[in-house]
Amino acid sequence: MDTAETGPDPAGVSGALARAARTAVHGGGACGCAPGTVGPLADRDDGTVVRHGGLVAKAHAPGTAPGPHAARLALAGHPDLAGIFLPPVPGVRPEPLDGRPVTLWPYGPPVDPEDPGAAPWEEAARLLALLHRTPPPDGPEGLPAMRAPAKAALAVERMRRTAPGHPAAGTVLAAWRTVPPDPGTRAYLCHGDFHLGQLVRDFRGSWRLIDIDDAGVGDPAWDLARPAAWFAAGLLPPEVWARFLDAYRAAGGPAAGADPWERLDLPARALTVQTAALALAKSTAERRALDEVETVMIDTCARIADSRTVPAPAASP
Amino acid sequence: MQCPKCHAAMHTYNRNGVQIEQCSGCRGIFLDYGELEALTRLESQWTQPAPPPPPAAYPAQPAPPAWGAPHGGHGHGGHYGRRGFGRMLFSS
Repeated sequence: MDTAETGPDPAGVSGALARAARTAVHGGGACGCAPGTVGPLADRDDGTVVRHGGLVAKAHAPGTAPGPHAARLALAGHPDLAGIFLPPVPGVRPEPLDGRPVTLWPYGPPVDPEDPGAAPWEEAARLLALLHRTPPPDGPEGLPAMRAPAKAALAVERMRRTAPGHPAAGTVLAAWRTVPPDPGTRAYLCHGDFHLGQLVRDFRGSWRLIDIDDAGVGDPAWDLARPAAWFAAGLLPPEVWARFLDAYRAAGGPAAGADPWERLDLPARALTVQTAALALAKSTAERRALDEVETVMIDTCARIADSRTVPAPAASP
Repeated sequence: MQCPKCHAAMHTYNRNGVQIEQCSGCRGIFLDYGELEALTRLESQWTQPAPPPPPAAYPAQPAPPAWGAPHGGHGHGGHYGRRGFGRMLFSS
């Protein structure tokens, strides 16, 4: 998460968002919030987030389609998902900013990024299993597809556009060619972008999933794909992966059988490629060399490319 | 049954028909009369290495996929918990 060091630009979206959050908390009244509880949390391509005391306001990405956004927001607030997703603040509909939808959420403390060893892996796995086991509340028809496969493709596209001459780009593309298109099942509710930054504690102190922007119906194996990719790359210790996988199975999660790789192999390859492609795009933009962890992801892409021949196109749809 | 050493609960496992108790706390093993002899007898009948001990916290190390990094000392697990890896665990 890129935390801005400076205050919000008063004339920009983040300034307007900060004012919207303040109004939501105090109306027109005075603010007595502690200084450390007011300020920007994130300002990225995919969303701007500010905190004001007990509330968080998010301006979703430019170009967010209103229909799917409304369906995703309703999902997070649906009673069937209580205890899984953090629900939005009820009854408030802030005005869009620059055409970007704005949502309000309770503030919740996140996982400490400086201490991944303390991360709640079991609880994360349990929440994902519960999400995957929840039938789409009004059937799958009213929900958009979860965006994990699309995000992998977008990351490769971004790398092709911004780092085509990078010495490792060919390796990443060779690994990408082993990933067949996702068949697009619509059977399960999925988060669509799970990682450790997608967990906060609610007012009771219980962990909840946040970030609805990529949620929808799809293949739940994609929600396990990031930890699976880190484990496969040798970055996540086997015992941590085992804890995550065991907790997911114990909670009845449908995406990890006796051989988890039957389901996870394809999405884990895709997430490895996605991570490597974004590393090339970002390091090129920042005019820096790949760091050690990014290099490991490129090495993993090389093994993916070596281990598979390009799959033949499916004979029938 | 409680562990005589640390007083945590002991769990019963069956190994080739021999019941043994292992402590959930200190992992110590309690054998009833004759069980050690039974295990030794089984071991001598067994041409392959002895059966694995009862499960520790995570009995079987999970296997990586075909393209995975070789674990068991050659992986990069040392990155876990480091700042750079933390960044990767927490971003899209």
